[in-house]
Amino acid sequence: MLNIENLEVKIKNKLILQDVNLRVNKGETHVIMGPNGSGKSTLAHVLVGDPAYRISGGQIKFQHKNIKNLNALARVYAGIFMVFQNPREIEGVQLNRFLFLAYNAVMKARGRTKSVLSVFDFNKKLLAQAKLLKLSPDFLERSLNKGLSGGEKKKTEMLQLATLEPKLVILDEIDSGLDIDALKIISRAVNKYKTKDNALIIITHYSRILKYVRPDKVHVMVNGKIVDSGKTQLLQRIESKGFNQYLN
Amino acid sequence: MHEKISHSKIARSWEKADNTDYLKNTHPGLDDDLVRFISSIKQEPAWMLQHRLKCLRLFQKTPPPAWGPDLQKLDLHDIIYFAQATDKQVQNWNDVPQDIKKTFTSLGIPQAEQKILAGVGAQYESTVVYHNLKKEFQAQGVIFEDMDIAVQKYPQIVQEYFMKIVPAGLHKFSALHGAVWSGGTFLYIPKNVNISQPLQAYFRMNARGMGQFEHTLIIVEDGANAHYIEGCSAPHYGANSLHAGCVEIMVKPRARFRYSSVENWSKDTYNLNTKRAWVDKGARMEWVGGNFGSQTTMLYPCSVLRGEGASADHLGIAFANTGQIQDTGAKVIHNAANTSSRVVMKSLSRGGGVSTYRGLVDIAPQASHCISQVECDALLLDGKSITNTIPVINVRNDSAVIAHEARAGKLSATDIFYLTTRGLTEDAAVELIINGFADPITRELPLEYAVEMNRMIELEMNGSVG
Repeated sequence: MLNIENLEVKIKNKLILQDVNLRVNKGETHVIMGPNGSGKSTLAHVLVGDPAYRISGGQIKFQHKNIKNLNALARVYAGIFMVFQNPREIEGVQLNRFLFLAYNAVMKARGRTKSVLSVFDFNKKLLAQAKLLKLSPDFLERSLNKGLSGGEKKKTEMLQLATLEPKLVILDEIDSGLDIDALKIISRAVNKYKTKDNALIIITHYSRILKYVRPDKVHVMVNGKIVDSGKTQLLQRIESKGFNQYLN
Repeated sequence: MHEKISHSKIARSWEKADNTDYLKNTHPGLDDDLVRFISSIKQEPAWMLQHRLKCLRLFQKTPPPAWGPDLQKLDLHDIIYFAQATDKQVQNWNDVPQDIKKTFTSLGIPQAEQKILAGVGAQYESTVVYHNLKKEFQAQGVIFEDMDIAVQKYPQIVQEYFMKIVPAGLHKFSALHGAVWSGGTFLYIPKNVNISQPLQAYFRMNARGMGQFEHTLIIVEDGANAHYIEGCSAPHYGANSLHAGCVEIMVKPRARFRYSSVENWSKDTYNLNTKRAWVDKGARMEWVGGNFGSQTTMLYPCSVLRGEGASADHLGIAFANTGQIQDTGAKVIHNAANTSSRVVMKSLSRGGGVSTYRGLVDIAPQASHCISQVECDALLLDGKSITNTIPVINVRNDSAVIAHEARAGKLSATDIFYLTTRGLTEDAAVELIINGFADPITRELPLEYAVEMNRMIELEMNGSVG
């Protein structure tokens, strides 16, 4: 589904990612771990087309198409979605109204004209999804993320994820700022997403969430490079020895 | 420069009320004769003529304000101070002249009237041509009348308040207004009458180089509750136009009143408007305003909190586009104990436009335990636009609690990126962010006005200008 080859990324001419290679197949869940500032979040942002970063080398292929030059909009239409580590708070933009516009735009762009909904039907669907996330309905009418707690923000991110039905999901530090109850609810929502047709990339520097969401592959990123990859056994090694083993 | 034309000749041309050339014989400039003529054609009582003449003297000797935006390009000799579009008031929509009706139709007035308007007083140039008030309000004693007619029909109450709340001597343009005012709205809400639907009026200025000096006087008796809303729009013309309207509101004890306005004057208009309310004991005044258009706006609605426990809310938004100065704000004068005020002003600047918040909070020595909260929020839509904040806070009683908060920011690229990752185009994202910014104000307006305001913001954004 996703094939990253020799990716190199710069921000203001400073090299942030280099020689990144990653292959994610349909139905797989990958986790990318690493210390703060290792470039994990940069990779996530680059995958969804953040214009703040410049791709200076390599390829990103999604469903066999090179998406390197596509903007953020084209990528969400193609089916890539990121759950932000710090979702933006936008005053006056009501979550349900914004998501209604976004949902219909995405469905139209994907040619799924039959899925385009009226406000009424959309709100019904949204309400049902909010219930699964134990998100109170009045959050739907509030300003986007405004004044929400860390856990509530992550829930509204998951709500957006569920609404926009992507194929590839990148979870950037989804477990930060969550108490144990919220972590369980979020994990349940994530696990629902683990199907044979989707793929997940979990970016984290804790292994907390991995107790609830089992990955298929584990990668370690340090200083903008993937320095180690393996199966779940790698988790135990990181757990016992930390990231220091990769630092010189 | 211009030919003097005798008043009788002008009057004759008005009588014909020719729809296409009714302005043919009006002339620019201002003198005693014109003031007397305005007063005589309106068949005003002597006191009003005396008031006008007194105001004219005051206007002539008062210098323009020494602060605020530059008004040097405004040539006060080149303004047509009085013109009349039709010679009588009509109650029935069918009787409104066709071309005037067309203008209103394009503004959406009749449909709105059928559905939700409680009453309409729409000013076309200087004469109100259409005025209607739903029967049930009439039965409750509500008066919603053209100001010219109110002077005739309700002389006592008009004389008691007319230009007492906004004194002629306040500044040069209030004096000018007092001399040449014409048309406008008189609204009287009797004691304990509660009107939930907003009463509406729509103003439009459409002849080149023409001034508009409508006067609005609103009396809200004890314990009454009402909402008045007006919109202004003017098409684009080449010459400098002047709008110097005046709004006076008396909110009596325990009454509650909301005044909403959406102003969209053509981009060559000087909009120098004066609005003021007196708020009595336990009463509440709410101002909601949107300012678009005009080349220079100076507008600072003022609440004078006169009675204990009175309160005022000032909510406003202004949009300054290329070539525009929006100098707007609020004045709250706390003259009594336990009074409170809240000011929320938002501005958008684009294409080199200048938005200025200019405000005053004054706490009088006798006014103990007052609370005032001022919040100004400026959004700059590009690098060449300008925003200023000029708050004056004058506290003369130590028990006051005052909060002032000002924020100025640019459109956030990160916010736009975030929204595009959810499937919105960049344009749609910007529109959503801007509408969201305006939302605390728009949500206070009745739906069709909120929709219109969002549409105006959209027009400014897609603008042919800038």
